[in-house]
Amino acid sequence: MHAPGPPPKKRLLRLRLNGRWREDAVAERDLLVDYLRDVAHLTGVKTGCDGGECGACTVLVDGEAVPSCITLAVRCEGRDVETIEGLAAQGRLSRLQRAFHEKLGTQCGFCTPGMIMAAEALLRRIPNPSDQEIRTALSGNLCRCTGYVKIIESVHAAAESAS
Amino acid sequence: MSASLAEFRIAQPNTVKEAVAACLKHPGSRYVAGGTDLIVNMRRGISGPDLLVDLSGIDELSEIKTDGRGVTIGAGVTIAALARDKAIASRYRALAQAAAAIAGPGHRVMATVGGNLCLDTRCIYYNQSEWWRSANAYCLKNRGTVCHVAPQGQRCHAAFSGDLAPALLVYGAEVDIAGAQGQRRIPLSELYVEDGKAHLALAAGELVVAVHLPAAPPPSAYEKVRVRGAIDFPLAGVAAALTLSGTNVGSLRIALTGTNSRPFLLAGTEVFAGRPVDDKLLQEIDRLVQKQVQPMRTTIASANYRRVAAAALARRLVSKLTARE
Repeated sequence: MHAPGPPPKKRLLRLRLNGRWREDAVAERDLLVDYLRDVAHLTGVKTGCDGGECGACTVLVDGEAVPSCITLAVRCEGRDVETIEGLAAQGRLSRLQRAFHEKLGTQCGFCTPGMIMAAEALLRRIPNPSDQEIRTALSGNLCRCTGYVKIIESVHAAAESAS
Repeated sequence: MSASLAEFRIAQPNTVKEAVAACLKHPGSRYVAGGTDLIVNMRRGISGPDLLVDLSGIDELSEIKTDGRGVTIGAGVTIAALARDKAIASRYRALAQAAAAIAGPGHRVMATVGGNLCLDTRCIYYNQSEWWRSANAYCLKNRGTVCHVAPQGQRCHAAFSGDLAPALLVYGAEVDIAGAQGQRRIPLSELYVEDGKAHLALAAGELVVAVHLPAAPPPSAYEKVRVRGAIDFPLAGVAAALTLSGTNVGSLRIALTGTNSRPFLLAGTEVFAGRPVDDKLLQEIDRLVQKQVQPMRTTIASANYRRVAAAALARRLVSKLTARE
């Protein structure tokens, strides 16, 4: 066995995470998904394919839904990062969380945080999306257990509940 | 915690000049823009640069400019920005369609025009995890000595899979490249070489900085086939540009991606000028495509399927463009 080398050199990352500014020491090679799960302990962000193909790790960076498993953490310097944990306010579920719960859109639950974050970015941009707009916005998020019917119904329900 | 990347440093230059200087100074460095291709390959241990030159802070790369001579698209323009640009969508339809069909929405927000043009080539023996590749004694493209797709061959057959290149090729686009000697402009077709291991004709430190499109482009369209309707790379992608004179072909250009180690303009379409778009012409286009594409066993679909699909897409696009004109 080789003796482990010194840990990689770190630098200070300053970002606004779920509305609060914070600073953390991160290595330049650290991925956003690992920073969020292991440093900020926001484990609602899921590690799925680990290669940008499944969308389970989707978070919002400056309001845009992106896969955090292929985003370097240091490139979020000064930016606004939102995860599923940031949606509920004062213990109340957001409209999307409530709709996924009521319409059974959560299914097994693993892809749900990514689905909801991608849908959140969509609803902020298009408050009343068409079926096609929902399908396009969620086309980077894979469900591996049952299918997309309940998920799309949930997004429609969330849009209707706000209007 | 996921498997961490090998250690590297990041340089974050503010100008193209600084970026090129940083890359030239560190021979083991790579440029990174969106990172949607490179970071995935780094995670698989395929690429291990010790310095990443981050281009995302260079403002001069992220503009779309229009003047009398045409449109200039900065290499740092994101695919999402390109796909939603109204002027591009109305005049350079194939380009807008290609942009909208790249990967998934999250990738399009991050990925850039320059990154898509310089996308690494892909192969079922290459885009795999470290343990998968090591079990196969690696391959000619990376650390190995044999191309498992064509073991008798002398070259790597990995396929170029970028969607923007064929669309840009049918307009006769040019690219600006910055390097040690300053800037040079070449036709986009000259950026590519038919070699999966070294498919970009770029010298050390060279960086694609912009794409130029001529004004008054011909009507055009792009389509691709892939396993799923999103995320997946093309098994074959085809762009076509067609002008009609009356009911006959004025000019026709067809370009392909996903089938060869480079995107390329179909040779021999000039003979169709002056002929009506009928079944006979479509059959000749089909034969021409099937003759020039070289799909290998590099993806999950068979080579023959991709050959036939590429030809079918070309026929379909020419029919659609004729009906629309």
